[in-house]
Amino acid sequence: MGSIELQQVRKSFGSVNIIKGVDLQIKDGEFVVFVGPSGCGKSTLLRLIAGLEDVTGGKIVIDGKDATERGPAQRGLAMVFQSYALYPHMSVRNNIAFPLKMAKASKEVIDAKVARAAGTLNLTDYLDRRPGQLSGGQRQRVAIGRAIVREPSAFLFDEPLSNLDAALRVQMRLEIGELHKTLKTTMIYVTHDQVEAMTMADKIVVLDLGAIAQVGAPLDLYNRPDNLFVAKFIGSPTMNIVKGPSADKRGADCVGIRPEHTDISTTAGEWPGTVRIAEHLGSETFVYVDVDGIGPFTVRVDGEAPLHASDRVFLTPRESRLHRFNAAGARIAA
Amino acid sequence: MATRQTMTAGRILVAPSVILLFAFMLAPLVRTLYFSTLHYNLLDGSVPQFLGFQNYVDFLSDPNFIDSLVNTLILVLSVLVISVGGGIFVALLMDQQVVGLNILRLMVIAPFFVMPTVSALVWKNLLMNPESGFFLWITRSLHLPAPIWFTNWPMLSVIFIVSWEWLPFASLILLTSLQSLDLEQQEAAVLDGAGAIPYFFYIVLPHMARAITVVILIETIFLLGVFAEILVTTNGGPGDATTNITFLVYKQALLDFDVGGASAGGIVAVVIANIAAIFLMRIVGKNLEA
Repeated sequence: MGSIELQQVRKSFGSVNIIKGVDLQIKDGEFVVFVGPSGCGKSTLLRLIAGLEDVTGGKIVIDGKDATERGPAQRGLAMVFQSYALYPHMSVRNNIAFPLKMAKASKEVIDAKVARAAGTLNLTDYLDRRPGQLSGGQRQRVAIGRAIVREPSAFLFDEPLSNLDAALRVQMRLEIGELHKTLKTTMIYVTHDQVEAMTMADKIVVLDLGAIAQVGAPLDLYNRPDNLFVAKFIGSPTMNIVKGPSADKRGADCVGIRPEHTDISTTAGEWPGTVRIAEHLGSETFVYVDVDGIGPFTVRVDGEAPLHASDRVFLTPRESRLHRFNAAGARIAA
Repeated sequence: MATRQTMTAGRILVAPSVILLFAFMLAPLVRTLYFSTLHYNLLDGSVPQFLGFQNYVDFLSDPNFIDSLVNTLILVLSVLVISVGGGIFVALLMDQQVVGLNILRLMVIAPFFVMPTVSALVWKNLLMNPESGFFLWITRSLHLPAPIWFTNWPMLSVIFIVSWEWLPFASLILLTSLQSLDLEQQEAAVLDGAGAIPYFFYIVLPHMARAITVVILIETIFLLGVFAEILVTTNGGPGDATTNITFLVYKQALLDFDVGGASAGGIVAVVIANIAAIFLMRIVGKNLEA
C-alpha cells in the first residue's frame, strides 16, 4: 500500500552533488523522519520521492513498482509544504476539494470526503473562509486536509511546523502523530528539529552531506550512534566529545559521553574542572564545566544540584554509557 | 498614528502640491465650464454671448456624437480585449526560460516607449502602406487580395495600432504578477494532479486577477483619450468611421473654431470618463481589496 524503496538515488545540480547515492527501505505504515542540518539534502530527497525533482541516477520504487519516470501526480503521494501552499483565492472547502476536482470526482464524493476530512481536522466551522482568514495552525490543517482527501499511499511533510510558534508546534506534532495512528498511512517527514524527529518517528534517517549517516529507531540512534556525526546531532544538549589521554586509555581516537551520563562530584573523579555556568531550570540543571586539559563540557544533573559558577568539580563518565569512535569517526563496537 | 503636530505639519507640507493641482486642474476646468455656456465662435467674429445649456443640447443631439461615442466604446473595448488577452499570452511566454531572455523582454517592451505619433506613422507608412507596406507584401506573396487598410478597415487599423502600443504595458504588468506566484503553490497544484489548463484557470488566472484589474483601469483611462493615432492615420475618417469623442471635440475646436461647442463636448467627455471609471470600479475594483 505505501512502501517506498530508494535504490542508489543520486541528485546533482550541475557539478554539485546534493544526494550521493541513497539506499533506503520504507515499510508500509511507517513514520519515517529525515533529519539533518540545513544543506544536508533532506528536503531534496523528499522532493525526489515526490517527483518534483528528477533523479540524476538510481531508482525510486513505490509499492513494488518503479516510479522513477512517473510524474508527481501519478505517484499517489501527497505533500504538505513548509509554506502550506494553500490556494489563497479559494475557500477552505475548495482548497481541500481541489485534488478531487482535478481527479474529476463526482460532486457527492467530493462533498462527502471534504466533510470527513474537515471533521477529522476540526475544520468544519471554517470551510467557507479563505486561507488568509485562518491562523497558522488552521492553515496547516487545511494543507493536511488537502493531502488526506487524496487518500495517498504516503504523506510527505516538508518541515511543516517550522512556521508555527513553539506551543502550536507541540500541539500540531501531537495531532500529526495521532493522524498517523488513525490513518496508518506511510508518512515521510522532513525536519531539522531533532525533538520532532525523536518524538514522532518510527524510524529516523539522519542525513549528512547528501548521504545517510544512520537509519534506526529513535532510541537506537540515541543509545548506539554509528558515527560521530549522529552522536553529536542526536541529543540535546549535545554529546561531549573527549580526545587525548582519556580516549587513548579506552583504545579510541575519541570518546563521547552524554551530559546526562556523567556523574559530577565536588570531591573526586576522573576529570577535574571549574564550573563556568550552572543553569537551574527547575526540573534539571545544565552545568557547563571547563575541564582541565579538555575544554568545555556539559553535564546534566537534577534540578536541585547545589552548584554555582567557579565551583571546583570532578566529572566521571559512566563506562557503560561511553561511546568510542575511531579516527574516521566510526563507532568502535564494545 | 499621527499626533496633532505631525498632522498639521503634514497639511502644510502637502499644501503646495494641493494648491498647484487645484490651480492646474480646476482653473482650466472652470474656464471650460464657462466657455461651454457661451456662443463663442472664432470664425464669425461676434462677441461671445451667454447661451445657457444650448451648446450641450447641440453637442448631445448631434448625430456625430452617438457615432463617436460608439466608436470610442468599440476602440476601448477592442484594445482592452486584445491587450489583456494577448498580454496574458505574452507574459506566459516571457515567464519561460529561454536563451536571450533579457533581449527578448526588451524587444517586447519597446513599443511602449515609442510615442503614439511615431508608432502611428510607422504603421501607416511602413506596415499598412497600400503601395509599399509590409502587409501588402505578405498578402501579395500569398496571392491574396491586397486591402487598403485605412480605407477598407479604418477602425480595425486604428485598433491594431493602439493595441500594439498597449500590449507591452499589459504584458509587463502581468508578467510581474505571474512571477510573484508562489513556487510551492505551483508544486502543490502539480501534486494535486492539475494539468496545464486547469492549472492556468484555477491557479494562475485568479492569481493575476488583481494585476488584470490594474491594467484594465489604467488602460481605460488612456484609451478614452486616444487622439494622436487617429490624427496621424485616418484623420477621423473615412467619413466619421474613426472619430471618437476626443477627435470630435478636436474637430469642433480646431477645425470649426467653435470654442463654446468644443468646451461643452470636453465637459461631456469628462463626464463620460467619470461614468466609465465609476462602472469599472464597481465591476472590477473589488479585486483590489486584499
